[in-house]
Amino acid sequence: MDFDFSDDQKFLKSEARKFLDARCPVSVVRGVLDDPARAYDETLWKAVAGQGWMGAAIPEEHGGLGLGGIELCAIAEELGRALAPIPFASTVYFVAEALMLAGTPAQKEAWLPRIAAGELIGCFATVERPGPLTEGQIQARVEGGKLTGVKLPVADGDVAGLAVVLARESGRLGLYLVDLSAEGSTRETLETLDPTRSAARLTFAGAPAERLGEAGEGMALAEQVLNRAAVLLAFEQVGGADRALEMAKDYALNRYAFGRPIGSYQAIKHKLADIYIKNELARSNAYYGAWALDAGPGELPVAAAAARVCATDAFWFAAKESLQTHGGMGFTWDVDCHLYYRRAQQLGLVAGGAKAWKERLVSQLERRNVA
Amino acid sequence: MDFNDTPEEAEYRAKARAWLDANAPKRSAGAASDMEDPVSMDASRAWQRKKADAGYACITWPKEWGGGGGASWQSVIFGQEESAFDTPGNPFQIGLGMCVPTVMTVGNQADKERFVRPAVRGEEIWCQLFSEPTGGSDVAAARTRAVKDGDDWVINGQKVWTSGAHYSDFGLLLARTDPDVPKHKGLTMFWIDMKAPGVEVRPIHQMSGASNFNEVYFTDLRIKDSQRVGAVGEGWRTSLVTLMNERLAIGGGGGAGYRTILKLARDISTLAGPAAKDAGLREKIADWFVQAEGLKYTRYRTLTALSRGQTPGPENSIGKVVSATLMQDMANTALELEDQFGIISDPAKAPLAGAFQSALMNAPGMRIAGGTDEILRNIIAERVLGLPQDVRLDKDVPFKDIPSGR
Repeated sequence: MDFDFSDDQKFLKSEARKFLDARCPVSVVRGVLDDPARAYDETLWKAVAGQGWMGAAIPEEHGGLGLGGIELCAIAEELGRALAPIPFASTVYFVAEALMLAGTPAQKEAWLPRIAAGELIGCFATVERPGPLTEGQIQARVEGGKLTGVKLPVADGDVAGLAVVLARESGRLGLYLVDLSAEGSTRETLETLDPTRSAARLTFAGAPAERLGEAGEGMALAEQVLNRAAVLLAFEQVGGADRALEMAKDYALNRYAFGRPIGSYQAIKHKLADIYIKNELARSNAYYGAWALDAGPGELPVAAAAARVCATDAFWFAAKESLQTHGGMGFTWDVDCHLYYRRAQQLGLVAGGAKAWKERLVSQLERRNVA
Repeated sequence: MDFNDTPEEAEYRAKARAWLDANAPKRSAGAASDMEDPVSMDASRAWQRKKADAGYACITWPKEWGGGGGASWQSVIFGQEESAFDTPGNPFQIGLGMCVPTVMTVGNQADKERFVRPAVRGEEIWCQLFSEPTGGSDVAAARTRAVKDGDDWVINGQKVWTSGAHYSDFGLLLARTDPDVPKHKGLTMFWIDMKAPGVEVRPIHQMSGASNFNEVYFTDLRIKDSQRVGAVGEGWRTSLVTLMNERLAIGGGGGAGYRTILKLARDISTLAGPAAKDAGLREKIADWFVQAEGLKYTRYRTLTALSRGQTPGPENSIGKVVSATLMQDMANTALELEDQFGIISDPAKAPLAGAFQSALMNAPGMRIAGGTDEILRNIIAERVLGLPQDVRLDKDVPFKDIPSGR
């Protein structure tokens, strides 16, 4: 039994925390928040690339570090904790993972080294309508290698160079690689709930598209990509939730009301204990997901859904109750609570919301029970 | 991360399993373990003795005291393997988990020599006499008096919620020896013979219908000063040793409950179609599943720390507060699902042999015993998160002057 990060992974994680403490203080996050023209922090993006993190799980032959999914999880937790305002998830958890999962050798060679080097931002474009991702809502279509349709919201679509798009060809769904620098693609930046993370509406009018993976496998591949991303996002959520708890605790120890710290009142103590409980449950489920990423492909659908459901709940709860603990100050622009409140929603929705993931989880459990 | 054993763990596990295969008793004719029944009690004692002979009882305790002289991870692995067998009930848990370790840590040499080995071998059973009618969560408010009389102490008072008092040979007693000092300073710990004159055990009839706990009354119970465990006035500190020794809550539990409710849902139709397809129910099942699995993997994290030779983190403190409410919620939802049949508790006629009716009636006890939900949240807030202790109006007041209410 070895159900924790190894010493090497812990070292990586603590180095990542030191690095982000230095390079991603909250002023960097606020720099993006306060400037509508900025989609992400380019300086931080380059610095993170310098650490090799985009390529952490990309094989060495494609310019990566060739580490495992668990190492990437360790980095994800720290990025989540720091609210890093960079398009890391879209590029690494979605697009790089999709390429590694389904790419031909030529596709991998064309794109993975650029991702690993931090030269290319990716985005994963699936939904077109409100509500969870279903096969029926996909109107985007490919004919003769040209993509037509509209995708929104596409996280980081406003700054991405490469899109992985779920579209229909001869009635069957597939994933397609679209070079957004080529003609035929236009984008419109969307206002987002969490302005430290951007999104766009992508319009394709005959954009050159190359299939990624088998024809007709689009939905299955998208789900596999989502499962992997769900685990990695769960670590970002756990990182954010833990930080939100720390903020609440620090405030409760230093804020006095009626002559004593508010953290001495059971209403606050029990609230914070409840945050702790949810965070630990989320961490444990996320660890199981991390294990399944590398070693348990058969368990991944259940493990990923459990990690996502639990982490989404934990981060939302921690963010809203941490804000509540801060009282009126928590509702101000200057106090950081709303950054976590926004990010909790952003992360909780960007790979599909908890409601849909709960349904996926129970379907998987039914399948497992029947089998 | 790796769920597999290290070679050393695998070797120990294989040895333990082989021993269990050869030695674990088969329970007689389907009867659940019942400590009121002398046959099950004999089976429990026999099983404990067999484990002790093989070094599988109190695995982490020194061999000189009858233990196994092993490591914590070995104890956990043996527990996991043992749980797969239909072994007899364990009436030794409180003695071996809390009382006897206190004697080992604080007691005198004669007491250690007298008590430890027979307890390990299941020859003598202990109960813990801490809680009182006026002090459940507030254990240090104990009012049971011990008054010095020559070389003796005379005990008068009442304990409550004492598990297994009716079949115990000895009890670890927290008593007030000085009511004129603040409450934490006037307590002393003793061991008593549960069969001595002056000790009366009355079972508590629980709301579930069962009687797992007792009231214990002391009327002029006379004991020797040599039965004192630790110094006079040090009882509170000694009781902390007892409570710290609470067995690591590893093993058992896990995500089994969701299977039962899915099974129930497959056999029931709602107004909107099959219950198993009900979106509201499915969301709840997902929530319960991640909680139960979260607890299971949290125990794995604790086990990992043990197997690396580290002190486990505080994460295991969340176990009961999550599982008790989980059990209550699940039972209530299951009864709703059964609709009018939910009122039937007769196992012969209720769905799933009344499993959820029984869970519903046991859940309140789960949320209270061994630390209420509220006390456990205080403990997490204070000991894990480092928030201030509650304001205590009784801290520096002589015990006799503390208002006691009902």
